[in-house]
Amino acid sequence: MTELAQLLEIYEPVIGLEVHVQLATKTKSATGFGEPPNSLTDPVVLGLPGALPVFNTAMLQLALKLGVATSSQIRAKSRFARKHYFYPDQPKNYQITQFDEPLCENGHLDLIVGGAVKRVRLERIHLEEDAGKNTHVGAVSHVDLNRAGVPLCEVVSAPELTSSEEAAEFMRALHRLVRWLEISEGDMEKGHMRCDANVSVRLRGEDRLGTRTELKNINSFRFVQNAIDHEIARQVRLIDGGGRVERETRLWDADLGQSAPMRSKEEANDYRYFPDPDLPMLVVGADMMGSILRGLPELPVARFERYVKIHKVAADDARTLVSDRALADYFDAALKAHPGDESGRTIANWILTELLGALNAGGKAIADSPMAPATLAALVVLVETGTISGKIGKDIFAESYKTGEAPAAIVERRGVQQISDEALLWSIVEKVVAASPKQTADYQGGKDTLFGYFVGQVMKETQGRANPVMTTDLLKKRLGR
Amino acid sequence: MDPAFWSVADIARRIAAGEVTAAEVTKAFVARIARIDPELGAYLFVDEGGAWAQAELIDRKRADNEPLGPLAGVPIALKDMIVTNGVATTAGSKILEGWLPPYDATVVEKLRAAGAVILGKVNCDEFGMGSSTERSAYKKTMNPWDPKRVPGGSSGGSAAAVAAGLCAASLGTDTGGSIRQPAAFCGVVGLKPTYGRVSRYGIVAFASSLDQVGPLTHTVADAALVLQAIAGHDPRDSTSLPSAPPTFSAEGGVSGLKIGLPKEYFAGEIDADVRTALAAAVAALKDKGATIVEVSLPHTELALPAYYIVAPAEASSNLARYDGIRYGKRAEALDLMSLYTHTRGERFGPEVKRRIMLGTYALRSGYYDAYYKKAQQIRTLIKRDFDEAFTQCDVLLTPTTPTPAYELGAKSTPLEMYLGDIFTLACNLAGLPGMSVPCGLTSTGLPVGAQLLGKALDEATLLRTGAVIEAAVGLGDKRPTGIGGIA
Repeated sequence: MTELAQLLEIYEPVIGLEVHVQLATKTKSATGFGEPPNSLTDPVVLGLPGALPVFNTAMLQLALKLGVATSSQIRAKSRFARKHYFYPDQPKNYQITQFDEPLCENGHLDLIVGGAVKRVRLERIHLEEDAGKNTHVGAVSHVDLNRAGVPLCEVVSAPELTSSEEAAEFMRALHRLVRWLEISEGDMEKGHMRCDANVSVRLRGEDRLGTRTELKNINSFRFVQNAIDHEIARQVRLIDGGGRVERETRLWDADLGQSAPMRSKEEANDYRYFPDPDLPMLVVGADMMGSILRGLPELPVARFERYVKIHKVAADDARTLVSDRALADYFDAALKAHPGDESGRTIANWILTELLGALNAGGKAIADSPMAPATLAALVVLVETGTISGKIGKDIFAESYKTGEAPAAIVERRGVQQISDEALLWSIVEKVVAASPKQTADYQGGKDTLFGYFVGQVMKETQGRANPVMTTDLLKKRLGR
Repeated sequence: MDPAFWSVADIARRIAAGEVTAAEVTKAFVARIARIDPELGAYLFVDEGGAWAQAELIDRKRADNEPLGPLAGVPIALKDMIVTNGVATTAGSKILEGWLPPYDATVVEKLRAAGAVILGKVNCDEFGMGSSTERSAYKKTMNPWDPKRVPGGSSGGSAAAVAAGLCAASLGTDTGGSIRQPAAFCGVVGLKPTYGRVSRYGIVAFASSLDQVGPLTHTVADAALVLQAIAGHDPRDSTSLPSAPPTFSAEGGVSGLKIGLPKEYFAGEIDADVRTALAAAVAALKDKGATIVEVSLPHTELALPAYYIVAPAEASSNLARYDGIRYGKRAEALDLMSLYTHTRGERFGPEVKRRIMLGTYALRSGYYDAYYKKAQQIRTLIKRDFDEAFTQCDVLLTPTTPTPAYELGAKSTPLEMYLGDIFTLACNLAGLPGMSVPCGLTSTGLPVGAQLLGKALDEATLLRTGAVIEAAVGLGDKRPTGIGGIA
């Protein structure tokens, strides 16, 4: 056992995340990535003298979707505040954000952890504007304001995550949800989702939270896990060595795989929050709430639970299905076209292996699938009823996927219906055994591995059409063991 | 032909009728500025090129029988707080020295669309922070009636330029009286519209919840015309009001109107000549059929302290963007923090620094409730005072200022300067429209202003009441004589 693992039996990490989600709007959607620096600016973005901010309702609606989908309390009237600090990536030297009157509070995000659902409380979800980006080349610093003013949702979790894996899972769950709700493209590489983590450790069984550090600049699922693991290790080793964790902000460097102090609490800014006089109160009317509630789709974790409990899909498969709304929708459509209720597991298998395999090979997304969900369901029915074997089914799938011809028609045309006629199969078994006296003697003498040989011979005689279950039964009966 | 004191309506009518060309009018004003302004000091930048281009456009449109706007060919000066595309905009501050804005304020777009010829940018106290225009980082502006005296402020250049006939009308900004007070000192009409009536997009922000743009003109009718051109909803300003502006007019008289005299505004120390001039205005209104009632605005004395929390707090935030990074001049420095402190330390004037410090202090963590929030609560009380008063009258009449224009350098401490604004601040805190109209001269020949305060969105009543005062006790054809060649 490593020294760290031993320490982690004594100490428990506590993690809270603050995730920035770029909202996708038409005015200034998730822009600024890959464009020439400062090519996407205007007087407002640049914070020029006289320019005024404007908040558009489209953004409010996106944020409300997230608020409602996380069962948050929505404030009928919330307010924008100015948060002041001087930094060149912030053109006005204040950020428009929400302070003591955020849009959403006390919601929760459901995570799928180890096949079960874990509910994590959300302290708040508020709206704010993004800053620009500074780059430093030697002694020269450059400021790119393309991203400045892009609307963000900041999602703040309660300190309830107990491992880096859970933290990464939180990010995945949020990523899945914002894409599901179509409120953000959620592309982490393009900075659509960025995460700060508050990490502390305490003795297991202790109620009070330890001193926390804030890790900034964690921009991928993998970094979340690495950065937090690194910080947990740093803290427990520090405490174990008799040291004390300082309240500070640390910057994660993904290239070096380590964090470094950015500023301590003593240097912390007094942000001088006050209500932004340029923006009126943000009012959420009953009409708007009504339309958001009515438009809310079944959420991914609800579907996950339905798939597992009602449709008997394996938890891992169910989780994969809900990772993408289009995929889950495809599954639901196939289920709907299928006459039974308990075939979810089989349908999921066909989708996740055959269909996704074919789509991936062709570089296609599920939404562009040439095979309709009902067609896939029909194929599954042919296999389930024993009309064709699973192996033949794969061939039929490939052909139908390619040509669009209905599976039943292909089966009919190719004459590949499964042979389930017991008398016919028995005569074939008799014939195979009679033709293989040596193998029969060896098998009966105890060489079990030869059983596959007999199955193979029967399949060969029937061009693979023999019902495999019946074939096995009849062979065992004929060979006597 | 000397169009120097022609009214806005007159200029537009004569150009439309072909009596005179826009180019001729522009030429006359440009020549006058060259002759008189070196002594007066109203203009910071004269945009001759832009003015000629617009004048030629107007004349060409007329030759082609194209429709002309209501302000076609009218020469207008803009307070330097108003952002103009490609024309220097400094807000009277060294920190914006050399900045050439890439865009026009909404009011500038609207003026141009109405056909106005923009002559240039006029002087003001730095970022609008002052009451005498002595706080401009660039130059002093004299009062055209007496060059030893201040023109008022912060829109001192706007008022002086109109009074001296160096433009037909001007725009100013008013955060606590900055249009009305200089209008009173210079003997012109100054109108601060209802908060939200005119877009603030492109107005260099001083205190966002108080700032408003408005016209300074020779006559009340001119104020109505210019207001008409600049008013209206602007999607780029979220605080601009959605309601469409009515047709503004100086017509209508005061017959049947109830005019309230808030007793708190007449209780304190007021110059005797100012009292006399106000009494004449009251008598004239009564004579024209208005009823005079005394009303009370009990929280008046709280306006000044509340204003000096709200305005500096918002200013400290609004002025944070002046850091030398993106525009304006940047100080030499070895690191980022010194770049900020040197740039701001060297390029902001003392009054601006004082207000930034006041505001920064008031917004400190833990102090918000005691200062900013409390001041906002006082605003609510002040608004209620006005609501209550307007149940008893249609419009309020007060002096615009306790005294006429004082001498340059007379107000030696900031507090003395602040106290000169006691009659104009409450209007901004309540977001109401206010107007100063000349109501006579003092015994020493200085103009006196009568202030009218109206209900929200009721500029109409201010205009018709002001027109009655103007006709009865206004300055008529009296012109300032303090500087040679004006009259």
